[in-house]
Amino acid sequence: MADLTRLTAAEIAVKVASGELTAVEVTEAHLARIEAVDEKVHAFLHVDREGALAQARAVDEKRERGEELGPLAGVPLALKDIFTTQGIPTTVGSKILEGWLPPYDATVTKRLRDAGVVVLGKTNMDEFAMGSSTENSAFGPTGNPWDLTRIPGGSGGGSSASLASFQAPLAIGTDTGGSIRQPAAVTGTVGVKPTYGAVSRYGMVAFSSSLDQGGPCARTVLDAALLHEVIAGHDPMDSTSIDAPVPPVVEAARNGSVQGMRIGVVKEFAGEGYQAGVMQRFNESVELLRELGAEIVEISCPSFDKALAAYYLIAPSECSSNLARFDAMRYGLRAGDDGSRSAEEVTALTRAEGFGAEVKRRIMLGTYALSSGYYDAYYGSAQKVRTLITRDFEKAFEQVDVLISPTTPTTAFPIGERADDPMAMYLADLCTIPANLAGNAAMSLPCGLAPEDGLPVGLQIIAPAMADDRLYKVGAAVEAALTATWGHPLLEEAPSL
Amino acid sequence: MPGITREEVAHLARLARLELKDEELDHFAGQLDDIIGAVARVSEVADQDVPPTSHPLPLTNVMRPDEVRPSLTPQEALACAPAQEQQRFKVPQILGEE
Amino acid sequence: MTVTELVSYEDAMAAYEPVMGLEVHVELGTKTKMFCGCSTTLGAEPNAQTCPTCLGLPGSLPVVNATGVESAIKIGLALNCEIAEWCRFARKNYFYPDMPKNFQTSQYDEPIAFNGYLDVEVEGEIFRVEIERAHMEEDTGKSTHVGGATGRIQGASHSLLDYNRAGIPLIEIVTKPIVGAGEKAPEVAKAYVTELRELIKALGVSEARMEMGQMRCDVNLSLRPHGAEKFGTRSETKNVNSLRSVERAARFEIQRHAAVLGGGGTIIQETRHFHEEDGSTTPGRVKEEAEDYRYFPEPDLVPVAPSREWVEELRAGLPELPRVRRTRLREDWGISEHEMQSVLNAGAIDLISATIDAGAPADQARKWWMGELARRANEEGTELAALPITPEQIARVCALVKEGSLNDKLARQVIEGVLAGEGDPDTVVEKRGLKVVSDEGALGTAVDEAIAANAAIADKIRGGKVAAAGALVGAVMKATRGQADAARVRELILEKLGVEG
Ligand SMILES: [Mg+2]
Ligand SMILES: [Zn+2]
Repeated sequence: MADLTRLTAAEIAVKVASGELTAVEVTEAHLARIEAVDEKVHAFLHVDREGALAQARAVDEKRERGEELGPLAGVPLALKDIFTTQGIPTTVGSKILEGWLPPYDATVTKRLRDAGVVVLGKTNMDEFAMGSSTENSAFGPTGNPWDLTRIPGGSGGGSSASLASFQAPLAIGTDTGGSIRQPAAVTGTVGVKPTYGAVSRYGMVAFSSSLDQGGPCARTVLDAALLHEVIAGHDPMDSTSIDAPVPPVVEAARNGSVQGMRIGVVKEFAGEGYQAGVMQRFNESVELLRELGAEIVEISCPSFDKALAAYYLIAPSECSSNLARFDAMRYGLRAGDDGSRSAEEVTALTRAEGFGAEVKRRIMLGTYALSSGYYDAYYGSAQKVRTLITRDFEKAFEQVDVLISPTTPTTAFPIGERADDPMAMYLADLCTIPANLAGNAAMSLPCGLAPEDGLPVGLQIIAPAMADDRLYKVGAAVEAALTATWGHPLLEEAPSL
Repeated sequence: MPGITREEVAHLARLARLELKDEELDHFAGQLDDIIGAVARVSEVADQDVPPTSHPLPLTNVMRPDEVRPSLTPQEALACAPAQEQQRFKVPQILGEE
Repeated sequence: MTVTELVSYEDAMAAYEPVMGLEVHVELGTKTKMFCGCSTTLGAEPNAQTCPTCLGLPGSLPVVNATGVESAIKIGLALNCEIAEWCRFARKNYFYPDMPKNFQTSQYDEPIAFNGYLDVEVEGEIFRVEIERAHMEEDTGKSTHVGGATGRIQGASHSLLDYNRAGIPLIEIVTKPIVGAGEKAPEVAKAYVTELRELIKALGVSEARMEMGQMRCDVNLSLRPHGAEKFGTRSETKNVNSLRSVERAARFEIQRHAAVLGGGGTIIQETRHFHEEDGSTTPGRVKEEAEDYRYFPEPDLVPVAPSREWVEELRAGLPELPRVRRTRLREDWGISEHEMQSVLNAGAIDLISATIDAGAPADQARKWWMGELARRANEEGTELAALPITPEQIARVCALVKEGSLNDKLARQVIEGVLAGEGDPDTVVEKRGLKVVSDEGALGTAVDEAIAANAAIADKIRGGKVAAAGALVGAVMKATRGQADAARVRELILEKLGVEG
């Protein structure tokens, strides 16, 4: 029998719906794969074997009763451990939440369950989604399936690695500054950060509320679109959720084309710090798009050079407040409560013990940026930069339909290389951050391997807010053309584990 | 923009309720100084007449009707409490206001 | 407790002018909390009205209660405020175990209502209190301190938290500095809170019961020498939770500030606590560092931009305001402005009004609430409304008097019985046997006995000294333990002695 873990989500869904495959056998195949390889990869923090099989059985029974199945019913999925799952551990990669069993499901979790998607388990991540390498997880790093000594990106490294190692055909990530797109880029997978507000944040543990956005991760553009449609849509539990129809992303993914489109190349995303092989593959992609009938326009976004600085003020500021609730009083870790210490002392001891270095660093940075006397210079100015970046995008989208750039300046770097150099680590998100600040939709998809290290390179596509379908239209066209050139999907070149 | 001192880091740690060890304070002071040095460039726009953006969406007036929804049961609410007593969250002694 | 030396109020006033600021928190009477759908019903078992949002669980998000916003706008309009065209919530960051997120979702520099005023009356004079702002925020949970003496925080071994109250909508109403009240400052403070409470109740947005914590007042006070421009340093007395206490706290702080300043000392800006027992204030915990709340716009909520149509609709729907209503009631009840002021100060308007609605004559209703009951409330240091007797019960007592089954003295005893928890008026009458003796036979015997025992007085009456009948009436009343109708007794005596009344 063919290896079920090599099928795409779209293929699995069709086969389960027709009865050619049962959801249970698909789930068992993926659980077996996890069993076989995850010791090496460490993509999962928690595997919910029983829950997954129960969910799969429910899908099969539904089919047997002749009821209609959703477009992804019976397809296994790896869920980033930042979404609450009722009665199933949710750690956000942090020791401070070890052992917490949420009493409620995130809206995304609920929608997945309602759609018959089989949640295999919860994936590893940088603690509280702060990082670009998954090395900041309190539970140990995740390896990149292309080279286990290298990072799988972050914060959603568990999700990207689970896809690239064929442990799951679908995964969910969250993207605050690039945490879906950068892991996708360095693992040769597809990741989409939808328009801010497209996917409910209810039950998604907050890092930076005005930037965080959940989104689909997959191995193909169509799979990402199918997942996008399942999780997106208005949620009255999230005040910042968009109350409008979801753009026709699946239709766009099925009809990839760039014929007659105007595509902008962001001038600022090149030069020093960009790996030669990354630029080479990117430039080839630009040529490819031209050949496919797109008009290529060079676009300048002068304020983007302050995006990283603004991001490292806004995100820490919001996180310093969002993470204040971890105080050892109502849930999670409580340290040092020996009966003699005050609540205040126990809170401070618990937070010192429960949070890792990067989280502490950002909490302090945010506390600083918001404190009286510094607010205007730092937080206030960062908000102005945000306006300028939004204006740059608005001007660009008057001229072009989408913008493109490399997703990240380099390929996957070795685990440990940037671990104690925060500024070097932060550069990994240079190209992805502007879309978070302005709320635009953006995608990363593989565009080849860098010649010098044989590691995947990501192409980033950015669309205006609410025009998520354009990502899929362009992405599907690029994917089809490249796959034809390569003769097979890029991931087939990954080493077998 | 002035650099950040070890004392300031200690103050921030107190505000943020982080009980940091001496060596951590030293370590963070150096790193925060670097980061703040790098991000301070946003203040180049401080004097520009640009409205701040606190949110990427131009939404207003998102409200819900005043209708009761089911709460958790006290057992569910307390299930993950580090300690409980009399159906309440038990916490160490609180210093401060009456 | 540190003993504070005070100077007399008169001496304080001779040297200084008080400047006050009043911050009042009102718990709205919405069905659900400000940012989640949990019920706000009182008396639920601990932590039975909580959800991921009001427990601050990871991943939870707030959604604004539309009725909370509507109530805030109504309050703003009734306080003659401008209503913001666009405003936001902000996070006020500080750690405290009763606050699940360790930030309070509040409003900061963009309140929903601002720049208003409220006219209050003190001894017949109108005093205008200017309103700085009214903003929306959320309440905290409730902590119980265990292991220390009398449930106090000091000396407690640990605390227990119930988050049912966490997230209940609050409107915080802040005055501008109140200057020019002079020696009447404490009365102005009380009159302001009284008037504000009447207003809130009239709007129907809260029952504003101070004894239930539904309305809480912080009194900020400073003194400056007469003629000085600059304000002095203020103290902030927190949680002054009765009308009477507001006045007492202001008065105490005036005397304390004057003592400190007069002795060459300086006032430190600090939080103080008010003590009901003796009307004093004591300093709160000294903090090592100044609070830095690090306010910033709440990113989980979008701005509130009330349309002008909505605001005008709410303005048009405002109920009769308390001052207008008071004028109407005063005319209905036929009392003077001064008398009405006393009724207001006593917090008796609604009680009297409800008693009248339950069938009692206006003068009777007012007599009981402002007399006997006001005396009792005063003795017990509680609010009139907190007495365990209802307007309906008072109306019933009035009815019993009217039909002649009770006289004034017995009515007083019935009320006493109700207050003592012996049941409703009819039950108390029954149990205590408090019926007027109307049995003519028994009464006649008592009269005969009184005449026989006071022959000299009886002779005087027979001789035309009718006024002397009072003594015999007294004797009969004594013999019947007050349970006779005095007028009827008098009639019988004169009848039996053959004298015209
Ligand atoms: Mg307040
Ligand atoms: Zn709630």
